[in-house]
Amino acid sequence: MSDNGFSGVNKSGQKIVSPDYLLFEAPREKVFMTGSEAVKEAVRRASVDASVSYPITPQSEAAHLIGELWVEGYVGVYFRGESEFGVMSEVAGCSMAGARIITTTSGPGTLRAMENFPMWSGARLPIQLVLMARGVNAPLTIQPDNLEISFLLDTGVMIWHAENAQELFDMVLAGFVVAEKTDVHVPIITAIDGFFISHTRESIMIPPEDIALPPYNPYKSPTPTIDAEIAPGRYIKDPFVMKSNYTSYATHASWQWEVRAAIERSRPYAKHYLKGLIEEYGDPEAELVFVASGTAASQAKEATRLLLDEGIKAKVVKVKSIRPFPHQELLEATKTAKYILVPEFNIVGWLEREVRAAFYGKSNATIIGTPRVAGGMTMPPEIIYKDALKILGKEVSHVI
Amino acid sequence: MSFNIYKVNEELRDFMPPEILELEEKATWGNPKRGVMDLPYAKELLEEHSLCAGCPESDAFRYILASLPNPEDTIVVNSTGCTSLVFPHIALHTVHSLFGNQNAVASGIKRVLEYRFPDKVKDVVVLAGDGATVDIGLDCTLQSFFRQEKITTICYDNEVYANTGGQESGLTVKGHVFKMAPKGKQWDKVPMWQLAIDSGCHYVVRMTVSSPRRVEQAVKKAIYVAREVGPTYIHLYTPCILEIGRNADEGLEEMKLGDKERFSFFEHMSPQAEEVIKAKKEEGLI
Repeated sequence: MSDNGFSGVNKSGQKIVSPDYLLFEAPREKVFMTGSEAVKEAVRRASVDASVSYPITPQSEAAHLIGELWVEGYVGVYFRGESEFGVMSEVAGCSMAGARIITTTSGPGTLRAMENFPMWSGARLPIQLVLMARGVNAPLTIQPDNLEISFLLDTGVMIWHAENAQELFDMVLAGFVVAEKTDVHVPIITAIDGFFISHTRESIMIPPEDIALPPYNPYKSPTPTIDAEIAPGRYIKDPFVMKSNYTSYATHASWQWEVRAAIERSRPYAKHYLKGLIEEYGDPEAELVFVASGTAASQAKEATRLLLDEGIKAKVVKVKSIRPFPHQELLEATKTAKYILVPEFNIVGWLEREVRAAFYGKSNATIIGTPRVAGGMTMPPEIIYKDALKILGKEVSHVI
Repeated sequence: MSFNIYKVNEELRDFMPPEILELEEKATWGNPKRGVMDLPYAKELLEEHSLCAGCPESDAFRYILASLPNPEDTIVVNSTGCTSLVFPHIALHTVHSLFGNQNAVASGIKRVLEYRFPDKVKDVVVLAGDGATVDIGLDCTLQSFFRQEKITTICYDNEVYANTGGQESGLTVKGHVFKMAPKGKQWDKVPMWQLAIDSGCHYVVRMTVSSPRRVEQAVKKAIYVAREVGPTYIHLYTPCILEIGRNADEGLEEMKLGDKERFSFFEHMSPQAEEVIKAKKEEGLI
């Protein structure tokens, strides 16, 4: 037994340490890398059993790098599947058979795979999907845009949205820990805005590579692991979803409730391992508040600096967890707000919808979904600043 | 593992339904020579199937489950259709996830079980209908063959989407009138057994389930070859007596007709498969 409370080595020969030690206590060193490389380094330290890949821009590099880890002996099973639909079914099989599994996808791939996501959650599979968002066709696009997150909101999975490569690194590790808790045990999607995070380099702090998360214990799953090592589920007498009767309907309904309840039960764990479901930045008493997730939060932080030049105090509340959605934390963090602006990298404004639903009848602030950019357009802080000044009825002085 | 997972907890024995107790006491476990001849004596691994009376698919289920050489370490992967109504009645570890993804799910399961249990034999068998195998799931089916996944795929070909009410499938014969083909099917039945050979299956058989012993032979050959060489494929004619206007007692007759026509017994073996089958025959296992 070591100081960190865990002992032994994993199948790759790395020392097993507690999640808290790996995430919060282990010494870290600074490296300069892309988001895709950060995924690789997180997977290296995550005692991952399996990964299945499929090419689509911009996630391909992360998938290649997980393949390199397989060659290096850090991942047990790795192959390229036939399509995202096939891949998401293959990772389901891997998870059912008791593996800790990670896969990656982007944009149209997410939609091709779509039928699998509610199946994952209904089967209570703690699969991790790193979503490097890029938007969906038509017209054909490969540019940064996180529209596809909107399609995933009601699939019964947890969704976290990382702002930068550092947060992505930490979320990939924390994602396994939280998703695999027996009372949670649902899929986790760790999303980033493609290209902005996947393809740009930044300084991040990472722990040593000779330590790793405790391996996944499939026998802590709330449903039987499909490995013929434990008694199978016994549905012999009454195949509950197969009959047209009240009992089977009620069972199916309660099963769906239970999936949603499991996501709710992830809150305390996610709060601990993500150090809060939200992050606050700027003036705590500000009347102007930006609620944002992903890279839109970075841009909003820059905009608050521009606004300060004009003497306007503003604040950013970054939403790290989209599912579960941090209603209470957001209400608390926006108590002083008169205006809530929701800048987003998509055309539909899915975060604005979430904020409106959470605040309905509970806040007097005016909620405005702006600025909203899509299709690969960038969101310079100046346009956030300009929109904010217009809403406040002030003159726009910065040249943009 | 072993059949130990089917042993009943002593403290719960008084409360267990008789069919669960019978699984422990009277099913054939730990004996690779088990087969269809056990059917009258042993507890079957299928409990009270939910198919139509006289459905040949139910015969196929019973013969296949009686023939698995290693049931205590066999995972059965299923798809949607009439077969999915039966799965909750099977005593083994079974999976239903989506319609058409069965070979993808089976690939993931097989690879992870090989990784987690390198010293144990764990067989993975796919059981699905013709719509699942050849229409909606063709991509996943063939890709698993291309990748040389060590799984056995069994297709119940009833030449129709039976569970949804009798629509044309890719395996319906040309000219046959079904729903969604109100003028008769316009194109030929897909020769799936040939696609399986061309896609890399090492053992392929096309047959009806009119002969239980012959089904047993095919299942054992396919599973042993999949275990040691690569993908294997069994194509079974299990006519939907309901949709072709047959009576409950006419399934066998229909299959015997099939034996003489388009489902005449056809078997393909790769050289590696032949070696495995020869060795297993010498061991008395086939």
